[in-house]
Amino acid sequence: MFSRTCYFIKEAIANIFNHGIMSFVTTFTIICCLIIMGSCCLLALNVQQIITELEAENQMVAFIDEAMSDEEARGLEQQLLAVENVAQVRFVTREEAMVNFLDRYEDNSLFEDVDSSVFRNRYLIYLDDIALMEQTQNDLAGIYGVAKINALLKVANGFVTLRNILGIVALAIFVVLFLISIILMNSTMKAATFNRRTEISIMRMVGARNSFIRWPFVLEGMLIGLFAALCAFLLQWGGYNLLAENISGALSFITVIPFENMLIPVLIAFGVIGIIEGVFGSLGAVKRYLRV
Amino acid sequence: MITMKNVRKSYDNGADALRGINLEVEDGEFVFIVGPSGSGKSTLTKILTGEIGCTDGEVMVNGFDLDRMRPSKLYKLRRTLGIIFQDFRLIENKTVYQNIEFAMRVLGVKPKKIKPRIKYVLELVGLQDKINCMPNELSGGEQQRVAIARALANNPRLIIADEPTGNIDPELSRELMALLVEINKKGTTILVVTHEEELVNEFTNRVVVINHGEVVRDGTGGYYGNV
Ligand SMILES: Nc1ncnc2c1ncn2[C@@H]1O[C@H](COP(=O)(O)OP(=O)(O)OP(=O)(O)O)[C@@H](O)[C@H]1O
Ligand SMILES: [Mg+2]
Repeated sequence: MFSRTCYFIKEAIANIFNHGIMSFVTTFTIICCLIIMGSCCLLALNVQQIITELEAENQMVAFIDEAMSDEEARGLEQQLLAVENVAQVRFVTREEAMVNFLDRYEDNSLFEDVDSSVFRNRYLIYLDDIALMEQTQNDLAGIYGVAKINALLKVANGFVTLRNILGIVALAIFVVLFLISIILMNSTMKAATFNRRTEISIMRMVGARNSFIRWPFVLEGMLIGLFAALCAFLLQWGGYNLLAENISGALSFITVIPFENMLIPVLIAFGVIGIIEGVFGSLGAVKRYLRV
Repeated sequence: MITMKNVRKSYDNGADALRGINLEVEDGEFVFIVGPSGSGKSTLTKILTGEIGCTDGEVMVNGFDLDRMRPSKLYKLRRTLGIIFQDFRLIENKTVYQNIEFAMRVLGVKPKKIKPRIKYVLELVGLQDKINCMPNELSGGEQQRVAIARALANNPRLIIADEPTGNIDPELSRELMALLVEINKKGTTILVVTHEEELVNEFTNRVVVINHGEVVRDGTGGYYGNV
C-alpha cells in the first residue's frame, strides 16, 4: 500500500516534468483564475467594510419625556441598553443639545434668548444591525419615559438593500468566475492529455484498471493546484498591499482592510480552490481515454 | 484458452477485415497465425485482447466473454495476457526498466520482486545493458525485444504476439522464437502472428493460415502444410 502510494507520487512528479510546458500552462491558468477571483472577493469585502462603517454612523435619537427630571432621565440608560440590538447609548443633556443646535447656525443672535428648557433630554442610540432598526425603534418606544424616537428608517433600509445586493452580486460573480476557471482548466488539461492518450491506452493494454491510471493524474492536478495556489497567494498579497498603499494615500477617508488580517482564510480558500481546479481539470481530461 | 465463433469485423470505412473466423486454441498450445499482409491477422489479435470489438460472432478468451465485458472491466482479461504489439507500444517517457515496472505494478507485484524479475526477462531477450535507456534510444529490434520482455514479466497464461520478430534479424528471430517455445513448454499458451515463412517452417507447431479475413488452412507442417 505504502509502496504503491510512493509509486503514484513518483509518477505524478515525473509527469509534471515530462510534460513541462503543459504543466506550466495549467499552473498559469490556475494562478490567473485565483487572482481574478481573489481580487473580486477582496474588493467585495472592502466595500462591505466601508458600508458597515457608514452604517455605524446611522444612530437613532430617543427623546425623553420632559416630565422626567434629569436624574430620572439618566436612570433610563440601563433599560435602553437592555433592549435587543442596542449596541451603545449616549446621554445628551438639554444643555448639550442646545449647544449643538446653536452650533448649526452661523447667526446665533436669532436664538439668543432660547433657553435650554425648551430642549428635551435625549439619548443617541447605536445599533448592532441596522436592518432591525424598525423593530428596535418599536421596542424602545415601549419604555416608560421615552417620548419619541427619531430614526432615519429610509436611509437604514437603503444601506441594508445595498449590502444585500452587493452580497448577491459578489456571490454571482464569484460563481461565474469559478465555473469559467473550471472550464478553462478542463480545456487546458484536454490539450495536455491529448499527448498522453497513447500512454493511457498502453497502460490499459497491460492491464491497468482505470483507478490505477487516474491516481497519478489526480495527484498531478493536486500538486499543480497547490503550487499555483501558493504563487497566486503571494502575488495577491503583494498586489493588494501595493494597491492599498496607493488608495489610502489618495483617498484617506477609506480604510482598507489589512491583508494580514485575512492571511489564513485567503490562503485556505486559494489552496482549496486551486486543488479543486487542478484535480477536476485532470479528471475531466483523462475520462475520455479510459474507455478503450 | 481461445474460442472464436463466426467472428466478423468490418471497420468504419467499410473494410471487411474478418469474414467469419472460427478458431479454437486449447490451453498449452503453441499456434502460428500466418497470412499475407492485410489478411486480418492484426485485427484478429486486437479482437482477442479487447482492443477493438467484433462486429458479429462470439469470442471467449481465458474464460472471459468479450462481448459481455464492459470496457472498464477489460483489465481483468488483460492481466491474464502477455501482449506483444506489432508497433511495440512502449511508453516513450519511461525507461526500459520503468516500462516493465509499470506492467508489474499494475498487477500489484511486490516491489522487492520487481527488480530481479525485470533483470531476468531483459536477460532472456538479451537487453540487460539497455535497462536504463529511453525507448527512442533503442533500435526497432531492441524496442521489440523490450515489448517481449514486458509481455513475459508477469508470467501470463496466454501470450499473444503480433509479428514479434518483424524488426529483428533472422538469427535473433530464431532465438526469440525458441525462447517462446521454451516458455510454452512450461505451460503458457502462445499465439504468434507472423508472415515469416522460413521461421514457421523451422517449427512443427500448429499453423493457422488466414487470407482475406478467413481461415483457409489449419494444421501442422509449416507454412504450406504437408502437401
Ligand atoms: N483501423 C482500421 N480502419 C480501417 N481499416 C483497417 C484498420 N485496420 C486495418 N484495416 C484494414 O483491415 C484489413 C486487415 O488489416 P490487418 O491490420 O488486420 O492486416 P494484417 O494481416 O495484420 O497485415 P500485416 O501483415 O501487414 O500486419 C486491411 O485491409 C486493412 O486495410
Ligand atoms: Mg498486422
